[in-house]
Amino acid sequence: MKGKVVTMKEAVASFVKDGSTVVIEGFTHLICFAAAHEIIRQKRRGLTLCRLTPDLVYDQLIAAGCAKKLVYSWAGNPGVGSLHAFRRAVEGAAGALETEEYSHFGMVARFQAGASGLPFGVLRNYMGTDLPRVNPNIKSVTCPYTGEVLATVSALRPDVTIVHAQRADAQGNTQIWGLLGVQKEAAFASKHVIVVVEELVDEKVIRADPNRTVIPAPIVSAVVVEPFGAHPSFAQGYYDRDNDFYLAWEAISRDEAAFKTYLDEFVYGLPDRAAYMAKNKGLAERLKAKPMVCGGVSYGY
Amino acid sequence: MATSGAEPRCAGLQGGSEDARPEAKAACTPSEIMAAVAARELKDGEVVFVGIGLPNLACNLARATHAPNLVLIYESGAVGAVPERLPVSIGDPALVTGSLMVAPMTDIFQYFLQNGRIQVGFLGGAQLDRWGNINTTVVGPYGKPKVRLPGSGGASEIAVHAKRTLVIMKLGKRAFPAEVDFITSPGMRYHGTHRRELGMPGAGPIKVVTDRCIMEPSAEGELEVSALYPGQTLESCQAEVGWPLKARASLGSVEEPTAGELKLLREVLDPKKLFLKG
Repeated sequence: MKGKVVTMKEAVASFVKDGSTVVIEGFTHLICFAAAHEIIRQKRRGLTLCRLTPDLVYDQLIAAGCAKKLVYSWAGNPGVGSLHAFRRAVEGAAGALETEEYSHFGMVARFQAGASGLPFGVLRNYMGTDLPRVNPNIKSVTCPYTGEVLATVSALRPDVTIVHAQRADAQGNTQIWGLLGVQKEAAFASKHVIVVVEELVDEKVIRADPNRTVIPAPIVSAVVVEPFGAHPSFAQGYYDRDNDFYLAWEAISRDEAAFKTYLDEFVYGLPDRAAYMAKNKGLAERLKAKPMVCGGVSYGY
Repeated sequence: MATSGAEPRCAGLQGGSEDARPEAKAACTPSEIMAAVAARELKDGEVVFVGIGLPNLACNLARATHAPNLVLIYESGAVGAVPERLPVSIGDPALVTGSLMVAPMTDIFQYFLQNGRIQVGFLGGAQLDRWGNINTTVVGPYGKPKVRLPGSGGASEIAVHAKRTLVIMKLGKRAFPAEVDFITSPGMRYHGTHRRELGMPGAGPIKVVTDRCIMEPSAEGELEVSALYPGQTLESCQAEVGWPLKARASLGSVEEPTAGELKLLREVLDPKKLFLKG
């Protein structure tokens, strides 16, 4: 059952190059920190990082010097406050980090256009806000049927999208449940897709519940198996969001020295996610999800 | 609508000056009164786009009192959420468990919001101006910000599309300037032009719930005081706002939170005071 299964080290080495446009998606749910840590370890530079919510995951990539540009729509530590590496880069010397800013709907429309093979996405939005004034890529089009002026955003076509998921088979047929974010759109928009899963399952598990498949094998380049790869984000049914970590991150990220110590200890100092879990003793037990299994459905005919 | 007159009420705001009632035992905090007042604005059966913090508390308070059929939608995709614990983030796993639907974000923004299926949206921010425009992007110039704030998220489109929006913000000179540094989420007027002329489908910020009063836009779109909380005066509100704040000819009054509402807020909805701090 080798299929497309590779290590995280191999997947990042093959598909994330210096200067690549990289998407690690997941809206609060299923954010692949394990992949970001490997990108930091491999010292990738000049990346254009796209994501609705940069979250701690891109704050770490920014602090580690991997990012040239950030494309985003909400840059905060959810429920806590700021992303301090991002703020230092944007509030400090000009040019430290290029940014291109949208709203969530704008980013969603960009991914959807990319996934649909269209040059741009259309939305009724951005009248009465200053966003188009600071982002010339937000433009408009006149509807040929009604004459209404609608906003447009260009398609986003990443070089690589990294999606964390609950399970996939060895070919990359990927099943996700819980919050879906824009995982599917980002994957279909991308030239390459790396799927990182909690569990590798047999193809017959996928075939038993095909409606749950969000990303199909033909668009997947690599499958990586790294349980707890989304921590401190979460995987519904597997482990809870580590809200304590997000709260504690405020103090770490505020202080550049503490941030560097964190990266040294938990990223550069470790080879992979298994080592990260071994170092974070008690984490798996603390966050383990309680089972709430759905009834299942019949696919019979 | 939200309250029954027979219930005991809290005795005004803590820390007030001229309005303090020293004999009162159970005073309520500004956050508590804002959550309770916002909850009463919601009608049973409405579809509400919920945010984290006080909007979430207001919606769940309404659901626990007069609006059991309120449909809570979170931008993360949870529809009909019934969170059993207080969500710390907009994407808490507890929003999914037991919800009616989990929609991808394309559906949330296109089919629900853009297609006019959301009755109420909640907004807040660092700054709000006299026209109800909200800034969550930068303090200072965009290219060289004094403080870089998180940005729009879904707020900008909620402000455009929700049938009506409710804003919850504490009064203060810095938070209520005459003009915001950056318009992230549109209010009633954009550089002089009314939102209707700009083609925005929603009615905009029809109520701003603060810790001293409720504001509503005039026919021209300028926010003015429409109701005062017990013990507050127009002057006490004007002192906290960066424009010559007007008041409606006939001011409404606001009933204080009932003991039942406070009990729900304090003991059930936010027992650790994550969002009811001040």
